[in-house]
Amino acid sequence: MQRTSTLRQLPYTLLGLVFLALMLFPVYWMVNTSFQGGGTAASSSFFPTDPTFDGYRRALSQQTGNLLTSLVVAIGTVVVSLAIATPAAYALSRFRLRGMGVFSFGLLIAQMIPGIVIANSLYSLFNDVGLLNSVPGLVLADATHAVPFAILIMTAFMRSIPPSLAEAARVDGAGHFRAFWSIIVPVSRNAIVTAGLFSFLFAWSDFIFALTLTTSDTVKPITLGIYDYLEGNVQSWGPVMATTVMSSVPAIILLVFAQRFIAAGALGGAVK
Amino acid sequence: MTTTATLEGRDVAARGDGRGGDHHGDRARRRARAREKAAQWLFLAPAIVYVLVFFGYPVVKNLTMGFQEYTTRTFYTGEAPWVGFANYAEVFRSSIFGTTVVNTVLFTVGSIVGQFVLGLLLALYFKRRFPLSNMMRSLLLLPWLLPVIAGTSVWKWMLDQDSGVLNQVLRGLHLVSDPVPWLTSPDVALLGVVIVNVWLGIPFNSALLYSGLQDIPDELYEAGALDGATGWKAFWHITWPNLRGVVNVVLVLGVIYTLKVLDIILGLTGGGPANATQTLATDSYRRSFTEFSFGTGAAVSNVLIVVSLVFAVVYLRVNRRAVDE
Repeated sequence: MQRTSTLRQLPYTLLGLVFLALMLFPVYWMVNTSFQGGGTAASSSFFPTDPTFDGYRRALSQQTGNLLTSLVVAIGTVVVSLAIATPAAYALSRFRLRGMGVFSFGLLIAQMIPGIVIANSLYSLFNDVGLLNSVPGLVLADATHAVPFAILIMTAFMRSIPPSLAEAARVDGAGHFRAFWSIIVPVSRNAIVTAGLFSFLFAWSDFIFALTLTTSDTVKPITLGIYDYLEGNVQSWGPVMATTVMSSVPAIILLVFAQRFIAAGALGGAVK
Repeated sequence: MTTTATLEGRDVAARGDGRGGDHHGDRARRRARAREKAAQWLFLAPAIVYVLVFFGYPVVKNLTMGFQEYTTRTFYTGEAPWVGFANYAEVFRSSIFGTTVVNTVLFTVGSIVGQFVLGLLLALYFKRRFPLSNMMRSLLLLPWLLPVIAGTSVWKWMLDQDSGVLNQVLRGLHLVSDPVPWLTSPDVALLGVVIVNVWLGIPFNSALLYSGLQDIPDELYEAGALDGATGWKAFWHITWPNLRGVVNVVLVLGVIYTLKVLDIILGLTGGGPANATQTLATDSYRRSFTEFSFGTGAAVSNVLIVVSLVFAVVYLRVNRRAVDE
């Protein structure tokens, strides 16, 4: 029984694999080219039959600093976004304060404001306060990608925590902060991890603020390193693809090791 | 709810301490309540400050910048003279404005149609469970999780006219005789950019639509099958009407995201050739950050704000309906 039905479903699996292969072909092509070294564009073939690490060697010599910058900015964004969003989510899920509806509405609208609008204004603000070309400046700007999303997704989760849980702590004499820190935060661990992972990805992938809020090479995220290649006339795609492969590592790690969080975030952010 | 319960608890305690002195009790109670409210606001305060500075201020600043002559000089002198509607007049009269509006519409409509149709087909295909289907579905999310500029750069390479793999394949299959100048000819560049944006958008569309399909109860299909509604008929009479709420949300969100797109276009074509892929978003960037005319850049992005806001309102109405249903 079991075996025949599995056999009958085999064509579906095969066709599914074809769709998957088509969708992921660009990712394959990226990896494939990255192993074809510093050769010229014309010499690329369908398989890395003669793999070389030349592309990676060149990429690392040019981009190591940028990768580190991206890592620091992304971690900073996670810290800042969670520090802002977690208490806010607790408040939105538990308290009834005047103006909270307006605030939630504002968060939804905020997600829809085009990045270029924020970049336009932040450029002059950051210029005035000396945050251009700085890691803190990028962290604060990148958090715009993450804060509304993190608040919305954690609020939805915290609403599902039984009120009695935090109340019990309050009756025992704990203040709001203690109840929040020692009860709500541990219970909400999964939602916080999801929000944190996505904050990391958003900041790591950020392009628009890297492009507009840095003007020199002192602080340059990896996305801008890639863009610099594309802006010029690319002679050799090996190092470029090696760089994009390295910039894709966080996404691939998350997809493999944190799948359930990714699935939760993919849906939680959009509907409701 | 929670709050009132705890407050009442405190009130009782305060009254007990007040020893019948109503006056004192009132004041203590009021003070306790004020302290409680303040503690609650404290949780929200960082987020409110952040949203005001990083979303509120930029929108207001952008609106005022649109009425100012705001250039590189402004950063040295601090002077940004008011010029009324001069920036808007300049933008609307410039020959490029019509082009960017048309491009924005074509780019948005083309991207949405492509993403949605292909995303829906994939969602429908994976609705049936078969060996490895779950693993494949999560791998399909990969293009969406990669940095957009990473996806953009591999596509720029694949769409290369002379040695790009797409032209190699198309010529190998004898589908085209001459290599297609995907990103270098003004006639095809917009199509090239749309193709890449469709690829990037498919995972998001199919994931949301898939979850919408999961919410349709199986009983509906079972009942439909009894009435002879299977296959195409089942899709038209059962799936589609029940998916409408999610479909609306997906489409409106798609429009809002597509209007913002900057990295794909800048990475692939830089808005060229001959402005063939220049949209409102890239034109605003160009004016502000390559010509340092922040006033006209702001004017263009204010147009973008208005358009996005219209769709935001549509989204909120559509979303409320989707939740109600």
